[in-house]
Amino acid sequence: MIKLLKSSIEWLGSWVMSITPALGRFTLYAISNFQWFFRPPIRKHLFFEQMVFMGNKSLFIVFLTSSFSGAVFAYQIYLGFTAFSVDSFVGPIVAIAVVKELAPVFTGLVVAGRCGAAMAAQIGSMKVTEQIDALEVMGVNSIQYLGVPRVFATVVTMPMLTGVFMLVANAGSWLVGVKLLGIDEAIYFAKLGDFMNLNMLVEGLIKAAVFGYLISIIGTYQGFAVKGGAEGVGRGTNMAVVWGMIIVLIMDFFLTAILAQILG
Amino acid sequence: MSYAIEFNHLTKRFGNHTVLDDLNFNIHEGKITTILGFSGAGKSTVLKHILGIYHPTEGQVKVLGQDMEKMNEGQIREFRTNFGMVFQYAALFDSMTNFENVAFPMKEFTNYTKDEIEEKAIGLMTQVGLDEFAFHKLPSEISGGMRKRVGLARALALQPKVMLYDEPTTGLDPITTHMVDDLITSTHNHNAHLPMTSVIISHDIAATLRISDYVAFLEKGKTVVHAPVEEFRKSDHPVIKKFIELST
Repeated sequence: MIKLLKSSIEWLGSWVMSITPALGRFTLYAISNFQWFFRPPIRKHLFFEQMVFMGNKSLFIVFLTSSFSGAVFAYQIYLGFTAFSVDSFVGPIVAIAVVKELAPVFTGLVVAGRCGAAMAAQIGSMKVTEQIDALEVMGVNSIQYLGVPRVFATVVTMPMLTGVFMLVANAGSWLVGVKLLGIDEAIYFAKLGDFMNLNMLVEGLIKAAVFGYLISIIGTYQGFAVKGGAEGVGRGTNMAVVWGMIIVLIMDFFLTAILAQILG
Repeated sequence: MSYAIEFNHLTKRFGNHTVLDDLNFNIHEGKITTILGFSGAGKSTVLKHILGIYHPTEGQVKVLGQDMEKMNEGQIREFRTNFGMVFQYAALFDSMTNFENVAFPMKEFTNYTKDEIEEKAIGLMTQVGLDEFAFHKLPSEISGGMRKRVGLARALALQPKVMLYDEPTTGLDPITTHMVDDLITSTHNHNAHLPMTSVIISHDIAATLRISDYVAFLEKGKTVVHAPVEEFRKSDHPVIKKFIELST
């Protein structure tokens, strides 16, 4: 028993020892990224380029994911609720779930997979081909030039994509609920009005912005942290996706708890 | 004779490993100096000290009379506009065209108008002998030799006082190697009025003997010889004799 306890403590100790330096470097990077955001020069064109890039990368998948998520969720709720003759609640149930949870989380997962990976790959390949060194030697701060625009663009674009997700998912729900399964349209919208409020929308959009920050700060950090050649870029890209997705799922719980206290 | 770069008892250690050991030599202003040595001799570490990327463990590095250790981050960044750097594989920004690569430093650091930047960028690309068809192509669409030319044009954009070349001929065929050597010499002579100091990190002995004014030979982090090229050629130091013998 003592042996098991000792080996467990040893394992925990070595894990903490291995993760601490990386966590420290990540924290320093996040602080540096934040500081450089406020320092001139402000390169507006880079922010817009990144926003367009993110939109192009993610909009189609967000559209696809949201339409089918809304539709299938409405269908499943209908199957359950119709047994109790409360199928008129399909609209608000789907809407609340989508606006508060599904939209920010699913959009976060899509953006982590598409844009988080792209950020790590772009910056990582610049690192291994000395392009980042070239920037630094010229006197251009690479975090300010490459990191800050990506993080800012993701923080701004994530709520927009989440908004699109909310809209399309609810359209999918309406299509299935009203047009396919025959729920009365007037009741569908009346119930929506009864149960939905603005705070739910605010909660979803705040979550989206926070997820956007976390995905992009992880993605860009993994790019800057790349070591070695192509293999290192692959590893960094993989880490950006995995950690981006994990952090979205974990933070969703904590954000829900915090925002429930603030927004009610 | 004034010096562009001074290494005063420079020592650099990474943990217990000493990479540079009491390095003590000066690089003459307006001349081409090649820092030569076997792999792992500490050549790239010297380069990173010149650029202020590495900080000395002991000793001092003065560039253009300034000690970068006494500068803050912002001052170092500004000071770096005195440098032009040509990387081993050019390190061009692959998302930009060749023209945009050359224009980039001017966009970032000068108040030139769009027309002035265009005129100067085209002038620089012409100066380094880049074919016009390559101006608006991406770096991935041109040859290695062409990329070197673009890299050189970009490095020259802010009229640097110190040009640094990191292994400029490594991995190139003999004809392109000669072309790069000629380019380094002509660039140096073209900017002699600044005056421009050129520092080349290399282990290419033939190119070194062809284009250098001075040679500093490093071995295990120490300066074995720092001398004018003719003196270096005649050196009877066993390591240098062996290096020349193995290289030729």
